[in-house]
This record gives sequence, structure tokens and C-alpha cells, in this order.
Amino acid sequence: MRKRKGQPTFVGYRRASGEVGTRNLLGIFSLVTCANEAAVNIGRQVPGAAIFTHQNGCGQTQADLEAVTRTLIHLGQNPNLGAVLLVSLGCEGLSPDRIGEAIGQAKKPVEMVRIQQQGGYLGALAEAGLKSQKLAQAISAFRREEVGVEELVLGLKCGASDPTSGLAANPPLGKAVDRLIDLAGSVIFGETTEVVGAEHILAKRAKNEAVAKKLLGLIDRLEARVRASGSDIRGGNPSAGNIAGGITTLEEKSLGSIVKSGSSAIQDVYEYGERKQGRGLFFVDSPGREPEILTALAAAGAQVIAFATGLGAPQGFPFVPVIKICANWKTVQRLPDFIDLDVSGVISGEESLEEAGERILQEVLEVASGKWTKAETLGYNGSTNIYTTGPIV
Amino acid sequence: MAATPMVALKRFILLHPSDNTATALADLQKGEALHLDLGAEGRDLTLRESIPFAHKFAILPIPQGGEVKKYGELIGEASLDIEAGEYVHVHNVVSRRTRGQGR
Repeated sequence: MRKRKGQPTFVGYRRASGEVGTRNLLGIFSLVTCANEAAVNIGRQVPGAAIFTHQNGCGQTQADLEAVTRTLIHLGQNPNLGAVLLVSLGCEGLSPDRIGEAIGQAKKPVEMVRIQQQGGYLGALAEAGLKSQKLAQAISAFRREEVGVEELVLGLKCGASDPTSGLAANPPLGKAVDRLIDLAGSVIFGETTEVVGAEHILAKRAKNEAVAKKLLGLIDRLEARVRASGSDIRGGNPSAGNIAGGITTLEEKSLGSIVKSGSSAIQDVYEYGERKQGRGLFFVDSPGREPEILTALAAAGAQVIAFATGLGAPQGFPFVPVIKICANWKTVQRLPDFIDLDVSGVISGEESLEEAGERILQEVLEVASGKWTKAETLGYNGSTNIYTTGPIV
Repeated sequence: MAATPMVALKRFILLHPSDNTATALADLQKGEALHLDLGAEGRDLTLRESIPFAHKFAILPIPQGGEVKKYGELIGEASLDIEAGEYVHVHNVVSRRTRGQGR
């Protein structure tokens, strides 16, 4: 581990805003579902561009358009992006100019291509080609420099879980998180659905009453939404499969997931698409499904994501490296192209939770310093979408 | 590391020092003698039932209505008296947090 005055460090891209990126990419953002095709093909013209597409931006309630707008703004402000090119159709329900101006407040170059004003798809491709060439060349001059671990913002996720996840992958991840928070770094987690049943335990870790209330409010709102659709989270949980895997109660299932957030105090709770302020541990409202939560973590400011898996999840994210951590040695052997870090030694007895946690933190710092994740080497990074709750109209 | 852990060196995991349940890291057999390393003091325990991988057993007696703990937290309450070394699962534990029981 790289160190300065006894404290771990990493090498990252210091931005004009003062924040630090772990990648230095040109973001190509589609602003509306109708512009996705163009954004993807514009992105293909630029080696290494990070393409973000989603199924939103028009034909939605005002509240949803607002959520989509703030998510796109905060994604654009993520320090892993050196510059951003926005791809607009021209008649979408959200305001492209507002998004462009707000991303620019993070002191990075932002350009826009408007398909309806640029002579259609082919015209937009040509215009975007020239603009993105200029942006890509400009950001290529950035260099990494050594920075303190307190600049690190780690996102957390678990998925394609199995009984090893809650026993030996999430617990050491929680140890790594505690260590990172002790070192003044920041961590963001979410998956509101996975908290149901253990919300009272998480609420005890809130910094104050107001933060606890926000967290419990998110759970109530989620349960009301699920009930309105005719289902009940508490009713069918734990599932028959969970019970066969050894999980007895909903509390136990939820604890197996939230144990990855360690034991530190929760500084604040955010709505989907909001950006964290300050340092420490934060919760962001989000579903557990990969495209939506990886997007929420990136929008909240994560520069690296640690993803615990049991059965093996493939996905990365276009501009935030996603590290796969697995404690199931069969999966580690079966899916070497997905798994970055093998913590199955926790189960075999070769390694303690603390030792595995230390290795996770080391890997996070390596990846923050530029080491590619398996998902990056595969280019398996199109897992993107923005979570909305209202009807499509 | 840990490329082929064919043999589990560790039989179970105690996720938190305040827990009264431990979780099997291999398929454990009835009658198996286990040693709990609890810092200064240790304790020997004999399994009263076979415990499948990732399932739980009591390391202390838990009276009916008593708290069942894992991860240092309450995961439910005992619906029957549970002896140390007994299998702990849906047959002798109920949730306090499922529908209708409020927070």
C-alpha cells in the first residue's frame, strides 16, 4: 500500500473543482431515451469514451423529470469525468441547458449536440465527432498525482448473492469500510429494499434524530409503493430459497446485506440522484437492481465501487470502476473473468475478517490508482439507468 | 490465494462476540465437538444436531422468548427453548419484524 506520513494514499486526477478522479474519461451522455442510439455511436467514435444511456427524459411526471435532471447533473459532476458531451434530441421534457450549465459548475468542459438542430443523426455524428475530439484531446493532458486516502469516495453494492455473501464477503467489506471511515475517507451505500427488516438497526447508527427519521421515512415510502402495486416486501421474505440457504428471518437477511456498511455513524441520507456533501458514511435511496444503484452511487460521487457477489455478477459502470469481491471459491474458480478479489479464505479459515478487509481496502486503492477491474478489461460496463417512480405518460 | 480450499480448516464463524448463534462454514455432523475461542476464555460445545453449511446453531442456551443474535444484532426470538449445540432456524425462531409487528 502506497503511504505518506504513515497514511495510505492513491494516485488520482485532481480536478479544477478540487475533487479527485480515479479515471480520466470523456463522458458521452444521452439526455433522453430517444437520443440513446446517437450517444452510443458518437461514443464509438472516441476511443475510451464513457457512454451513459437510460430510458428517461421525456413523457414523465414533473417529479420524475426533476429526479432525472439532478441525476444527470451529478453524474456529469463526478470527478472521474474530465469532460462531458451531452446528446440532446431537442424536444425532450427536461432542460438540456440547465443540465449543461450545472455540470459546468464543477469547472469542467461541457459541450452539447442537438440532433434536431444539427441536421439529424448524421449531422449530429459529425458535429459530435469534432466536439468530442477536442474534449478528448484536452483531458488527455491530465496526469495522476498522489493524494491522501481522505479523497476517496467508495460506493457499495452486493448482488447475485448466495449464502457466502452475508457470511464472508459483506462482513470483511464492512471491516474495509470501517477502516476507510477511520482514515477520513467516504463511503456511500443504498439498496433501500435490502434494509427493510433491519431499518431500526441502521437508524440507531444515524448521526442524529433527523437523519434517522429520513432513513425510516425512505423505508415507509418504499413499503407504501410496493403495497400500492399489490405486493408486500415483508410478506414473502425471507424467500424459500433464502430459508434453504440458512436465513431464518427478514432481519437476518437484511443484516447480511447492511453488514457491508460496517459500524460507523451515518452522516446523512439522500434521495436518488443527489450528491453527498462532506465526508463519512452516507446512505442514498435506491433500488437494489444494478443499473439503477450503480448510477445512484456514481451520481452521489463514488469514484470506485466495491461489489460483493456470491454467484458472480458481471457488470461494471461506464466511468466508475466496479470491484467484484467473492467468498464462494467455486464461483471464483468458475468465473475468473468476473471476480477481482477472492475472499474465500474467510470460509476456509486461511484468513480472518480483518485480514480480508485489509486486502479489500488495498485493492480499492490499487484500482483508485488506475489498475483495471475485470469488468473494465471486458468492457462490460453498460449497466446504466435512472430510477423513477411515476408512470410513463 | 485460497485457490482450492477443498478442506474447511474452520468449521464455523462467530460473526460478533455478543452473538449467541454461530454459523456453519461446512456441513457439520451431529455429535461433532467444537471449541469456541472467545478471547480470554474458550468453551467446548457438542452439536446436538447436524448443521448444514451456512445454517446456524446456538452456542448458549436461549430460553423461549429470548433474543436470538447474529452480527451482534437481534435477528428474532426463540419460539421454543433452545439448548447450546442445537440447530437454530425457522422451527424455533420467529421474526419480530414481519408484517403487523410494527417497529
